[in-house]
Amino acid sequence: MRSPRPQSSVTDVEPERRSEIDEQGGEAGDPAAGMQSSAAVATTQQAAPDAEPGLAVRLEQLRAFYGDAEQVKGIDLEFRANQVTAIIGPSGCGKSTMIRCINRMHEEIPGAHAEGRVLLDDLDVYAPSVDVVAVRRAIGMVFQKPNPFPTMSIYNNVAAGLRLSSGRRGDLRSKVESALRSAGLWDEVSGRLDEPGAGLSGGQQQRLCIARSLAVDPEVILMDEPCSALDPIATLKIEELIAELKKRVTIVIVTHNMQQAARVADRTAFMLDGRVVEVGPTQEIFTNPGDPRTEEYVTGKFG
Amino acid sequence: MSAPAAEQRFARFAVSPSRRRRDRFARTAILAATLIALIPLVLIVYYLLRKGLSSWSTSFFTTDPTGNTFFKSSSIGGIKSAILGTIEIVALASAIAIPIGVGVAVWLVEYGRESWFAQTVRFFIDVLTGVPSILFGLFIYIVLVVGTGSSYAGYKGSLALALLMLPVVTRASEVILQLVPGALRESALALGAPRWRMILRVVLPTALPGMVTGVLLAVARAAGETAPLLFTAAATLKTNFDLGQFMNSLPVQIYNDVTSPTTAVVNRAWGAALTLVAMILVLNVIARLISRRSRLA
Amino acid sequence: MEAASIPGGDRGLLLRSPLGRLPDRALKYGLTALAALILALIVYFFIRLVGEARPAFARFGVFGFTFDNNWNVSAEQFGALPLVVGTLITSALALLIGVPVAVATAIYATELCPLRLRAPLTVLVELLAAVPSVVYGLWGIFFLAPKLQPAEQWVADRLSFVPFIGGGTVTIPNYFVTGLVLAIMILPIVSAIAREVMATVPADQKEAAMGLGATRWEMIRIAVLPYCRSGIVGGAMLGLGRAIGETIAVTILIGNAPQLGSHLFGQGYSLAAAIANEFGEAQGLHRSALFAAGLVLFVLTLLVNGIARALVLRAARAGRTAGAGSGAAGGHRIAERAAGA
Repeated sequence: MRSPRPQSSVTDVEPERRSEIDEQGGEAGDPAAGMQSSAAVATTQQAAPDAEPGLAVRLEQLRAFYGDAEQVKGIDLEFRANQVTAIIGPSGCGKSTMIRCINRMHEEIPGAHAEGRVLLDDLDVYAPSVDVVAVRRAIGMVFQKPNPFPTMSIYNNVAAGLRLSSGRRGDLRSKVESALRSAGLWDEVSGRLDEPGAGLSGGQQQRLCIARSLAVDPEVILMDEPCSALDPIATLKIEELIAELKKRVTIVIVTHNMQQAARVADRTAFMLDGRVVEVGPTQEIFTNPGDPRTEEYVTGKFG
Repeated sequence: MSAPAAEQRFARFAVSPSRRRRDRFARTAILAATLIALIPLVLIVYYLLRKGLSSWSTSFFTTDPTGNTFFKSSSIGGIKSAILGTIEIVALASAIAIPIGVGVAVWLVEYGRESWFAQTVRFFIDVLTGVPSILFGLFIYIVLVVGTGSSYAGYKGSLALALLMLPVVTRASEVILQLVPGALRESALALGAPRWRMILRVVLPTALPGMVTGVLLAVARAAGETAPLLFTAAATLKTNFDLGQFMNSLPVQIYNDVTSPTTAVVNRAWGAALTLVAMILVLNVIARLISRRSRLA
Repeated sequence: MEAASIPGGDRGLLLRSPLGRLPDRALKYGLTALAALILALIVYFFIRLVGEARPAFARFGVFGFTFDNNWNVSAEQFGALPLVVGTLITSALALLIGVPVAVATAIYATELCPLRLRAPLTVLVELLAAVPSVVYGLWGIFFLAPKLQPAEQWVADRLSFVPFIGGGTVTIPNYFVTGLVLAIMILPIVSAIAREVMATVPADQKEAAMGLGATRWEMIRIAVLPYCRSGIVGGAMLGLGRAIGETIAVTILIGNAPQLGSHLFGQGYSLAAAIANEFGEAQGLHRSALFAAGLVLFVLTLLVNGIARALVLRAARAGRTAGAGSGAAGGHRIAERAAGA
């Protein structure tokens, strides 16, 4: 955990953000959007004093290819800092592909590549000077199926990312504890940190993976259908967790569960066939969508 | 204002130079080790070609070794009896091992399955795969040479090789037969075919390419074996087609020539080695080509 | 459907005549008899082997035979320790040199290699297995051993203070070159098993590591290698089993001197080499001693292969449960590989 920075730097960043927000007020064609964001800013101000706000992410003309096949066809989208943005859409619309472009996991697939810009605040993560490994540390990911390292204990799972970077390892123990606490798992596992990570229940494993991602203190966390393999109670626990976590990090969550999007997300984007059809405050998208295709999807006519 | 701030905040994620160095070092070391692994192959092929090709000539393949070791190279002869002997011995060994091996495999998959008897058979066959090949030769020697008071013979070498091939053929066949979908068997039975016809007409043909691959690899392996032949078929110089007599073979010929002080004889060994490797490679290539045509695995 | 409702003639169709069942019965009993025969043959094989070895064991005791350092043919003394030690030294060398290289090859092929090079690389490594053992001996003794001798002498001279490695004369056939060639011979099998095990590592494990911001090597280190540990060890043990039983290449390269291995670059002996070398002219007790050596050799291989197979099967099972599809197929292939080795 970084030591808390003085309050002034928070306000330093704020003016930029506010002007961005005003620009974006016109994005969804909805003045309410601007107000929503101000409320978000206000929430940021009230965030825990030792939690640094996360960074915003903006996609500019993002395209993703598998070989020659274009799966994501030019997306401009913004994920506001310290907010939860949900991506919904029918299967095959490219939501997982798109989210994997954000932390540059997409290019790990042989033959796959991405074009466009992904800006972490102002930094293009696809810039040639940027180290992809650093990007992945800054933008964490939680996967659909919980994947703790099976050969490692709970403690070592959380510490795995921390151990990668040399130096300042002295407070490993406290960092692990703090990550587990932030993931809401500490009380359940504090007595058995040496047990294998794979021995936990599905919901606990997923929270372990969240703790593992949190331990390296990322700015953004991407979640690719994190609850689809979990039971409803575990799902609820994680949704509560998301509401807490957004104070620290920006969260992007891909979900096929519209009720989930309605529960956790501040803003929601609807994707269809590789493009963003509509994006806006979650309430708007679900109760008063602008595009007929959005309406068809959220009312369950397809997908 | 925000650009430096973002970069600053991003800087804490940077990969330290030592991590980068370790990554590069590890990847280079792994690549280097891989190349090192390939060097012997290159060297062996190169040397085989260089020293072996120069021995190759028509007379090399058409004359028997003369057993002369001290005279000019022209009088040491070729390797005709060795080539023919290998072909004969391995052919007989295959003729014995393949039907038996496939038969046992069919039994294991179609009848024995998981019964305790089948598990016992499987276990012992597995144990057989680990037996050092020379022991097969010793066994046949004890039973058929000493035991019967008779002498070395080509067919005794074949028996030793057949023992060596048996577990390999059985295992490979069993694996392939298990891959034949149960649905295929069931549909044949459902059409009213008796079990034997189902096996012969449906299961075996489907498994055939995969089994042929496994069998060819076993044959290739047997063709290269020396130890089982040392005390069974032994060696002789003259070509003969009588498997009841001593019989020469390429591996034994090479083995005997290796210790010779005469350069010419050693060169013949290289030529013989190249011939043997070429034969084995051909079998391997055919096996691979056939496995591509297999509809299983 | 009641049988009564079927007209008498058609009912006959439902019943197979005893003659019609003959081929089925013949096949079933025939094959069962075959399996039983093979089982009997294998058992007989071991019985005969033990029987032939018994005189030697009776004379020297099982432990005496195996652990006495006294292999003296002319004096009819057969303590096999030099052979056992020689076998162990060469096999240990083969493991030390061969396994790291084989594992590195496997890592390269599965994680670092450009896709289109993967298949050719695999084929090349497998080609090493197609070379017969006598050809390895031939190549080893006429090319490798002489080429290495100067370097070996240099090492022996420089490290003359180190026991076992330093000092002494360097002979062309020696333990080291034997171990080196054995390492090359076991490379394909160890690499193949390591490759198969690594291919079953579930993609999401690797993604988890990469998602944390791990470099390629770090990802291999924390996600791939720990997962493959028991499979790799199993593959190494299979290679060990192969090295222990290898006869012809060892006979050609080791020098066949029945002395206790005292020098890495000196001549030595091994169980298999002794049999190949001496059996031709062995009589009576000597012959029995060689059978006894064969039995010791076999028991060693049995132990090592047994452990290997258990480890590899465990890795294969883990591969099956960890991921359906490719994992299951991979796990299956691993077990198949191990059994065919």
